[in-house]
Amino acid sequence: MYDFCTDFRFLDGTLMALTRAQVESIAHLARLELEPAEIPAFQDKLSRIVDFIGELERADTSGVAPMAHPLSGLSQRLRPDAVTEGDGRELYQRNAPQVASGLYLVPKVIE
Amino acid sequence: MSGWETVIGLEIHAQLATRSKIFSGASSAYGAAPNTQACLVDLGYPGVLPVLNAEAVRMAVRFGTAIGARIARQSVFARKNYFYPDLPKGYQISQYELPIVAHGAIDIVLDDGSVKRVGVTRAHLEEDAGKSLHEGLPGVTGIDLNRAGTPLLEIVSEPQLRSAKEAVAYMKKVHTLVRYLEICDGNMQEGSFRCDANVSVRPKGSDKLGTRAEIKNVNSFRFVEKAIQYEVTRQIELIESGGTVVQETRLYDPDKGETRSMRSKEEANDYRYFPDPDLLPLTLDEEYIEAVGAQLPELPDAKAARLVAQYGLPAYDAGVLTASRELADYYEAVARAVPSQPKLAANWVMGDLSAALNKEGLDIGAGRMPAERLAGLLTRIVDETISGKIAKEVFEAMWASGDSADRVIEAKGLKQITDGAAIERAIEEVMAKNPAQLAEYRAGKDKLFGFFVGQVMKATGGKANPAQLNELLKKKLPG
Repeated sequence: MYDFCTDFRFLDGTLMALTRAQVESIAHLARLELEPAEIPAFQDKLSRIVDFIGELERADTSGVAPMAHPLSGLSQRLRPDAVTEGDGRELYQRNAPQVASGLYLVPKVIE
Repeated sequence: MSGWETVIGLEIHAQLATRSKIFSGASSAYGAAPNTQACLVDLGYPGVLPVLNAEAVRMAVRFGTAIGARIARQSVFARKNYFYPDLPKGYQISQYELPIVAHGAIDIVLDDGSVKRVGVTRAHLEEDAGKSLHEGLPGVTGIDLNRAGTPLLEIVSEPQLRSAKEAVAYMKKVHTLVRYLEICDGNMQEGSFRCDANVSVRPKGSDKLGTRAEIKNVNSFRFVEKAIQYEVTRQIELIESGGTVVQETRLYDPDKGETRSMRSKEEANDYRYFPDPDLLPLTLDEEYIEAVGAQLPELPDAKAARLVAQYGLPAYDAGVLTASRELADYYEAVARAVPSQPKLAANWVMGDLSAALNKEGLDIGAGRMPAERLAGLLTRIVDETISGKIAKEVFEAMWASGDSADRVIEAKGLKQITDGAAIERAIEEVMAKNPAQLAEYRAGKDKLFGFFVGQVMKATGGKANPAQLNELLKKKLPG
């Protein structure tokens, strides 16, 4: 899990403001392009969000079992293994900006 | 290379042989026209929800049970976040902290015949991504999402493999196992079974792991072996010349026989896993797990042990014959039809038959030489209608024509000569034609016995019964 609470906290538990580099890194992971002038504002806003979530860190959760989902006690429903979807390509590709020979086209990806 | 120890862990991706995808009702069949099997769930449209395929779950449990692993009573699906055009949602649904299968083991046989137990850390369910196509598309990349959402079982080994050979033996064993379990077709050309290898080296005696490189998406046993060998040499040479190995993803190029850096992993590796809010935890009860376990077929190790016990085969033969269920079933059908000679049956299945199949790239299941037909041939060896040597000629004719052994023997007049008088006549003729050799033999040159055997065989078109011939020659040659 991505642990903002420990990543951005000093050892004594007090909040550490996000650095410029951390904001740039988060923006990159989210593929968001930020203007350099916008970054200080995001440092401040994101730090406050992290601090808000950090409230949970201060709650006493000893004796509380971790939950993977808020609907506790319910289990994933299963679906029988049957093909229920036909070929909808023609319809779906009407939404695509560019297609050729049945393929969705995107800007060249180079490894 | 001495002074260094190789450490390898494999992540094997096995596509599960379900009819539909793991979270949608689109077909998962291979080879359809691009994007004709990609529905709104696979395309990551807003507002759609994944619904888990019961058969994918059953197959994962089947595998876990077969390797003696712990089956999680509760497992959780998580989102693995990264951007790539063949992943329309921007995340892959996988399992992270709580996989469905954990702590299993698989035994492999090493070159010296000893057995090594390899730990399986975990096996988890996840969805496959689509395919990116670059060829013939100048300046753009084409995306085919038919594969997106195909169920995968990712099988992660402990870093306990110590050589490229061990890694291949392990990979082959997993391949055999998933086919026995009928959970994956194992077709490596189509990408149904592929592997990533984590490779590092460390000084012998060290218990600290070296920095590893991950070789991605290798889809043949031969390439896995070559890629690992190349990578081990590269890392050792790098360290010995004063460099350091960096943690990175590398690709194996089969044409050049080398691995090369794909991208540095430090940055790309930040997947920000979190539980998928669209999927509830998967809960399995005892009853279900036991019911799946009760339906397991006889597994390769158990089958091999039984072949040794029941037919008296060497362990090596049993290992070869149990490489696939079809091959083992075929062998047993032949062995049952020729009950007095189980080893002879093994030799023919592993020898002439396998060679003929390999030569034409055929599978044992193709039905080119039904078990009863091969058994018919072996029966004629056992009852001494033909010799083992003539049998090879008969086999070739059977392979080419599809005829039974009896018909080939009849048509070609290959029936063995067991008439003592006829063999004796042939011997006398050979003796008369080779007086010099006969004299030498009688003067003590015992080696010439073989010469006379050969000459009589030649004179009878190879049809003389070898045992009778030997006996009669021993009687006649001394004069």
